[in-house]
Amino acid sequence: MIENVIQIEKLRKSYKDVEVLKGVNVEVEKGKIFALLGSNGAGKTTMIRIMATLLERDAGSVVINGFKIEKNPAEIRNSISLTGQFAAIDEILTGRENLQMIAKLRHLRNPNQVADELINRFSMSEAADRRVGTYSGGMKRRIDIAMSLVGNPEIIFLDEPTTGLDPEARLEVWKIIQELSAAGTTIFLTTQYLEEAEQLADKIAILHDGKIIAQDTLEGLKKLFPPAKVEYVEKQLTLEEIFLAIIDDKEEK
Amino acid sequence: MESINKYFFKDMSVMFGRSMRHIFRSMDTIVTVCITPIAMMLLFVYVFGGAIETGTENYIDYLLPGVMLMTIGSGIAYVAYRLFLDKQRGIFERFHSMPIARSTILWGHVLTSLISNVISVVVIILVALLIGFRSSAGILEWLAVFGILGIFILALTWIAVIAGLSAKTPDGAGAFSYPIIFLPFISSAFVPTDTMPSVVRAFAENQPVTPIVEAIRNLLSNQPVGNEIWIALTWCIAIIVVAYIFAIRIYKKL
Repeated sequence: MIENVIQIEKLRKSYKDVEVLKGVNVEVEKGKIFALLGSNGAGKTTMIRIMATLLERDAGSVVINGFKIEKNPAEIRNSISLTGQFAAIDEILTGRENLQMIAKLRHLRNPNQVADELINRFSMSEAADRRVGTYSGGMKRRIDIAMSLVGNPEIIFLDEPTTGLDPEARLEVWKIIQELSAAGTTIFLTTQYLEEAEQLADKIAILHDGKIIAQDTLEGLKKLFPPAKVEYVEKQLTLEEIFLAIIDDKEEK
Repeated sequence: MESINKYFFKDMSVMFGRSMRHIFRSMDTIVTVCITPIAMMLLFVYVFGGAIETGTENYIDYLLPGVMLMTIGSGIAYVAYRLFLDKQRGIFERFHSMPIARSTILWGHVLTSLISNVISVVVIILVALLIGFRSSAGILEWLAVFGILGIFILALTWIAVIAGLSAKTPDGAGAFSYPIIFLPFISSAFVPTDTMPSVVRAFAENQPVTPIVEAIRNLLSNQPVGNEIWIALTWCIAIIVVAYIFAIRIYKKL
């Protein structure tokens, strides 16, 4: 039997008169990467905030890691972590202090050691003792995600983890996500980039107009459309490929 | 709930440690908080003081309690500002999605406000000593003075929590403190109320700053403290209760 760590049925949520979620059904298997695709304002963040116990739902059932959201929010908070759309880091503290703080708040036994390990894993030893306020956008995102990994939560919510990052930093975040998934963590991420869902996700759901209009693997989604016609076209390099090639070149020299 | 309450003090110490680090890493905020009250003190002692009849020998002794309250008034603007930043940067959200005792997030800020404002007041007292302030008060009187100031800080801090949590811009978060900073001017903090026109005088004598200032002034000059200390405490506690209820209501809606 397949174990669903996230099971959402008929989820509804309105803000005053605006109905954002109109009966959403989502299932996420343990250890998989699940991507929720949708345009700006489609309700992706609303879904994440409900699952992370930050926002109350109007109707429907939400079960995370076997716990019902209305009955055991504390247990759910124990099994998840959230990386929001904007890096939620204390900018006056250093990177190391931020990690130690989260480790202490997760009531881990040796917070300093946990912080040191994450700093090594994310190769941030140079920046670790500088204030986060001095970090670049990519660095902030990295420490933000590292903070989410403290205490090895079973499910990680990433709300648009690569929005606003340069291509290099984006690849780096992708790599982290793939490593986490390989280690057995369930990842629920939202994105507006089709390419990101294509690269990362085991399963993709498309949220449109308050409902999930498709939910399947990439292969399954492709089958929804007529088979591709074979045409011969000269492949143009994308600007991103060129950019990354030049950067690589420079670093080798 | 129990499993969470077990960690209340541990979580509290993390929250408190965090915001105290903010204070010690930005000592300039303490300087900024103290500079206007110090300027006021110098201005009133060396420029206006000679012309003001207070019935006390040493004008600085008369003036100091009011300046202490002004200092606290400008100090709490930063409390609102720090809360606003935590809300805006998503730090509250991060904490709320974690298994921690929620109330500690606010109490960490409140405790930090208490400590940082006491530091500012101590700075003001030291400057006052340099320019001639002298007190005949003993240990007990000083403890009573800091007790009153502590309760006053808590009252203003809970107002600051409301302002910080409901503000839309960083400037808006601190704006509530301006009227509070100027409240001492329309009280007996700088001059006795006897010479004020009747309407102003009625306001001055019935607003919270006057009884607080007079209670502290009497304690510092070792005079018997009358009713005003109870009026002062009633004002502060009433403000704490009302502001706390509103602050918690806003906080729960976040």
